[in-house]
Amino acid sequence: MEILTAIKRVPETGSKVTLTADRTAIDTSSLGFTVSPHEECAVEAGVQLVEEHGGAVTALTLGSADATEQLRSAIAMGADHGILLETDERWGPAATADAIAAAADEDGTDFDLLLFGNESADAANHQVGVRVAEALDLPCVTGVKGLDVTDGTAVAEREIPGGTEVYEVALPAVVTVKEGTNEPRYPSMRAKMQARKTEIDRRDPDPRDDGLELVALEVPETDDSPAEILGESPDAAADVVDVLDELEVI
Amino acid sequence: MVLVVVEHDGGVIDDASAQALTLARDLAAAVEEPLEAVAFGPEAAGVADDAGAYGAAVVNAVEGDDLDDYAPEAYARAVVQCAEGTGSDAVVAPGTDRGSEVLAHAAAKLDETMAAEVVDVAPDGDGYELTRQRWGGTLLEHARLHADTKVLTVAPNEVSAVPTDDGPADVNPFAPDLEAGDLRVRRTRVEESDVEGVPLSEARVVVAGGRGTDGDFEALEELADRLPDAAVGSSRAAVNEGWRPHDDQIGQTGAKIAPEIYVPCGISGAVQHMVGCKGAENVLAVNTDPDAAIVGKADWAVVADLHEVVPAVTEELERRTE
Repeated sequence: MEILTAIKRVPETGSKVTLTADRTAIDTSSLGFTVSPHEECAVEAGVQLVEEHGGAVTALTLGSADATEQLRSAIAMGADHGILLETDERWGPAATADAIAAAADEDGTDFDLLLFGNESADAANHQVGVRVAEALDLPCVTGVKGLDVTDGTAVAEREIPGGTEVYEVALPAVVTVKEGTNEPRYPSMRAKMQARKTEIDRRDPDPRDDGLELVALEVPETDDSPAEILGESPDAAADVVDVLDELEVI
Repeated sequence: MVLVVVEHDGGVIDDASAQALTLARDLAAAVEEPLEAVAFGPEAAGVADDAGAYGAAVVNAVEGDDLDDYAPEAYARAVVQCAEGTGSDAVVAPGTDRGSEVLAHAAAKLDETMAAEVVDVAPDGDGYELTRQRWGGTLLEHARLHADTKVLTVAPNEVSAVPTDDGPADVNPFAPDLEAGDLRVRRTRVEESDVEGVPLSEARVVVAGGRGTDGDFEALEELADRLPDAAVGSSRAAVNEGWRPHDDQIGQTGAKIAPEIYVPCGISGAVQHMVGCKGAENVLAVNTDPDAAIVGKADWAVVADLHEVVPAVTEELERRTE
């Protein structure tokens, strides 16, 4: 089966983020970059399905030339090809989806499955996968945490309170996955070295206005006032229970 | 018209829908437009009381055999037709899995922009000035939305749901004209979870462990067992170590919790983790490091080894409840 996985280069932010002087972006001068977590699971899902059913995985991203680093990460995980829709501009979700749909269409490959992260870690727009499905007139299941393919049908599971709901859709289809769908593999050094040699297919996407105009970013203030220290030994247990009692949760 | 897609269980709307209605009600007042709701399923008309209580004048009840089970594209088609039929300037939904999915389809069908995870919105000329969450709420984006029909989802647990004194909404049965393919994605079946106890997202008390547990969650589970409506969660580090399933992960890409008290044990408090627990009303951290980020975010802290503190708390609880 032929699988397309769309990924996104995002800053790694394990600590508090700071903004650029014009407040329109995260200051990445001291940050590394990574593949958005849900999308890393999308790549892993695609690679696992190809390992089971045969075929190939194409990783695609829209972004700057630097995003080839993330394409090579996907290739090191087992993707066979990489496509970069190269742009230095900021793209909104509708424009991004249009470009991905156009690229999937013009690729010449009949993709059986297009895998996305449910939402990107940074922008959290929750819509690129759905919009690609709409543009290509394909069925779409979002927020998936379990995925299998049997006899041309994708069986997708997603969590609801108290259980799991199951969807079965005929391929070709679009599926957006959440972290937890699988455990993304850590590529071997050999795979990373090979990925560095893989040729990336670079293309120029057509931009379009997205209707949502960024004015400024803001880091919300948080209450960092010191906690009341109840104790520094197990003797604090009584005070902990007092707190639980005061809150009427016991 | 401002149109709000609400989710419900047997006619009772959920918290996220009440929050979305509240934000939409304020928006409708600001643009001097009426507020209506749209609900789906066999008991859609039953939301009249709840939707009315949050300011909706009318509930468009979308019923029909084909729509008894959730079908995102069919729901989106109905939302689009309802919005077009009512001449809606804005379509709003809670930013839940379903709300986000249905509105993304609707926005694509309308060929309009969708602003996700909105926490504040106000009219700005012929568009909206809005604030939305990014990075799970660690960043706020101020933006202007220009569209004929403004489509937006409301970040759950970020807007206080405030009822009004209004009575029940009128019910307008609405039968969408579905197109071929609208029902190609439908929920096939539901499998009940074999996990016992209260789900993380609904727990009044959440006790969670991180790297500091060294993989031993037994004491945390015993404490949670002693507390009513309590659940055990974990940090991403504990999941990555293979100590807990991903379903237990609290954070940006895991569960979002909103308990009355959150008790993180041996969790450092990385930004991604704090995104998942910022809905907690109170935080009591147990950590050996007084400088850990989580201690700075907590209301109370015990600076000691969780392996000694947590069993002591359980013992104290047992002693007091004997």
